[in-house]
Amino acid sequence: MTLLMIALGAAVGAPARYLTDRAVQSRHESVMPWGTLSVNVIGSLILGALTGAGAAVSPGVVALIGTGFCGALTTYSTFSFETWRLVEEECYAAAVANVMVSVAAALAAVAIGYAASSALTG
Amino acid sequence: MLAAIAAGGAVGALARQLVAEALPTAPGAFPWGTFLVNVSGCLLIGALMAVLGLLPAHHRLVRPFLGVGVLGGFTTFSTYAVQSHALVTSGHPLVALAYLGGTVLAALLAVVGGAILVRRLAAPWHRPGELRV
Repeated sequence: MTLLMIALGAAVGAPARYLTDRAVQSRHESVMPWGTLSVNVIGSLILGALTGAGAAVSPGVVALIGTGFCGALTTYSTFSFETWRLVEEECYAAAVANVMVSVAAALAAVAIGYAASSALTG
Repeated sequence: MLAAIAAGGAVGALARQLVAEALPTAPGAFPWGTFLVNVSGCLLIGALMAVLGLLPAHHRLVRPFLGVGVLGGFTTFSTYAVQSHALVTSGHPLVALAYLGGTVLAALLAVVGGAILVRRLAAPWHRPGELRV
């Protein structure tokens, strides 16, 4: 049952990442991979909120939304690959900025999501 | 296209869950399971993109299924961020720092390593003039 929930969540999360990335990347011309950054921050916010809710959320929902959807919405492989592409193209400042902004924004998103949902669920 | 990404994402996420179950992380400890998932996924994306570069005539769904789907679904940024946050708030900031920085560095080296590995293995079949990467 848990595995089914994970598969279902991921089957929605992965295409959502692709569509978000395409929508974001078509709206700017900078070298920064804003699309991947967006999905990673959004997924971190949701998983942070889910974690902050603790026992108020059932294990099935954690598998569906957390492990499945958020896990597949966010990606480390594309993040690393795009960072490496920036290095190869000698956009060193953008490569460093991509790592710093991604990590900082994702951590901030987790903290906000966690604090908000733990306050709501008491 | 979207169906290939969805199917790949489900496969990748299930594989990630199997690793997470095999390598559970104790509170306050370095999350080796997610580290392994993310670094191995980066090795495979580096290898995949190098293979696709060597094979210009590949099927159009290979990259959506394997790259965007399987490897994107296998690796995760949200769990990485939540685990780092938990390490900081539970009083293990140094482990969090080692995890955050260690994953970034190992993942970048893995992308490069995967690409180099494929180019080395493919070298006997591709003379330099034929390489289209």
